[in-house]
Amino acid sequence: MSANFQDRDLVLPGDVLFEGRIRTGENTYRNQEQVYATHLGLVNYRPDNVSVTALSTGYMPLVGDQVIGVVVDMDLGEWRIDIGGQELAVMGIPDAVDRPFRTDYNMTRILDIGDTLVAKIVDLDRRRTPVLSILGPGLGKVYEGFMVRITPSKIPRLIGKKGSMINMVIKETGCRVAIGQNGRILVSGPNREREELVVKVIDKIEREAHTSGLTNRTQEFLRQLKERKQ
Amino acid sequence: MSKKPTTKKTAARKPTARTKKPKVDSWKRADGRAFDELRTLKIESGVLPNADGSAYIEMGRNKILAGVFGPREMHPKHNAKPNEAVLRCRYHMAPFSVDPRRSPAPSRRDQEISMVMRSALEPAVFLERYPRASIDVYIEVLEADGGTRCASINAAAVALVDAGIPMKDLVAACAVGKIEDKLIVDLGDYEDKKGQSDMPVAYMPKLGKVTLLQMDGDLSTEEAGKALELAIEGCKKVYEVQREALKKKYGIDQPQDKPQELPPAEPESEEEPQREES
Repeated sequence: MSANFQDRDLVLPGDVLFEGRIRTGENTYRNQEQVYATHLGLVNYRPDNVSVTALSTGYMPLVGDQVIGVVVDMDLGEWRIDIGGQELAVMGIPDAVDRPFRTDYNMTRILDIGDTLVAKIVDLDRRRTPVLSILGPGLGKVYEGFMVRITPSKIPRLIGKKGSMINMVIKETGCRVAIGQNGRILVSGPNREREELVVKVIDKIEREAHTSGLTNRTQEFLRQLKERKQ
Repeated sequence: MSKKPTTKKTAARKPTARTKKPKVDSWKRADGRAFDELRTLKIESGVLPNADGSAYIEMGRNKILAGVFGPREMHPKHNAKPNEAVLRCRYHMAPFSVDPRRSPAPSRRDQEISMVMRSALEPAVFLERYPRASIDVYIEVLEADGGTRCASINAAAVALVDAGIPMKDLVAACAVGKIEDKLIVDLGDYEDKKGQSDMPVAYMPKLGKVTLLQMDGDLSTEEAGKALELAIEGCKKVYEVQREALKKKYGIDQPQDKPQELPPAEPESEEEPQREES
């Protein structure tokens, strides 16, 4: 029973994190009495489990996630949407239109190939294909702004505890920011300069996601940038 | 030129019986390396912004780019496996990577190395976590100088970790060969062509498992055993460089209490007072 690293050390796949009986958390695997890391990340030792906070991951779709995707294909009665997961998500007409279902909808009027949308995962079907919906507040087709991509594992840091980080950024810059759990962020604001401010902040948060006291430093960073602009 | 004085020295020392061992140790290869010395090795991860993961390796004069995409949907779909992901590798040498120019069409050798790389990397990847998906590894050899399959595996392993694909361990690769009846580690192009044998080995250092073992030429059973040991030692050295490369990209280099620096915006702040003065 022993830990081989300090808490929050950087570990690589194959590193033995723990020897002994313990539960394996995220991004780890067990081989007999040893717990190994599967991702590059920061190790977390808890009394009852060991896990790794990955610094680079793909996106694993989960029900309830808000995601940002692009329509890449259309079929009879459904759109296929790239959300950066291992397969395309689907969305049927009843999930896109809040009206009684009719068969004579012109689908391209609602969403066409190439359109970007903010959607919510409402289900994973029996092949684990995500099923999306754009019915709900803050969801739907996107008409303006631009998209930033970061590693999905760093999204919680961008949001902050109960949204503290992202609300601060929105308040300071006056931009609208939609965050997808799949690592895509949509920024739209009153002018280009403000939007670029947000992009700079997101870059900073991605680079320093593993450090503590980030919200306060980000706020100061934003104010400095703004002063410089004036 | 530099070789001659050393041979003279060893010849002068020869009469005393106990100098026999140092003589073996001081034997230098065509490029001046010791028998177990690797070529200069440099790895950089995250070099291709549009790939999910990438790496660039310089192993001696080899210059190789690796890009990883996925896990993503498999096309054509009938190649997908219902129970696990498929790892696809494409090894390609640029036309200008060797002299004389080489046809860019995939050759028999390219196909073999692609297959060999796939089977060397497969044991390290948790393919069962992504059923019906594909993970694609693209290798582009920009400059070749012998041992490109080992260098490609080294780069691909770093790129896979950079892409955030769950792995059991990294894979490090290194070749061992025989020239002038002596075993040598990490062959260069000259040694590859003139040597008596060549044995590329890929190894998972933390799990202690060999994932690739090929052999060209002749090695006795005893030599082969010794060669494998040397190769594993070489792989461990390579592994340290791979680790450093990944740590450098994701490393926690800035202490938490350090005030944030703003280098990109600084010229602006300098310009502004100047404008006011003028």
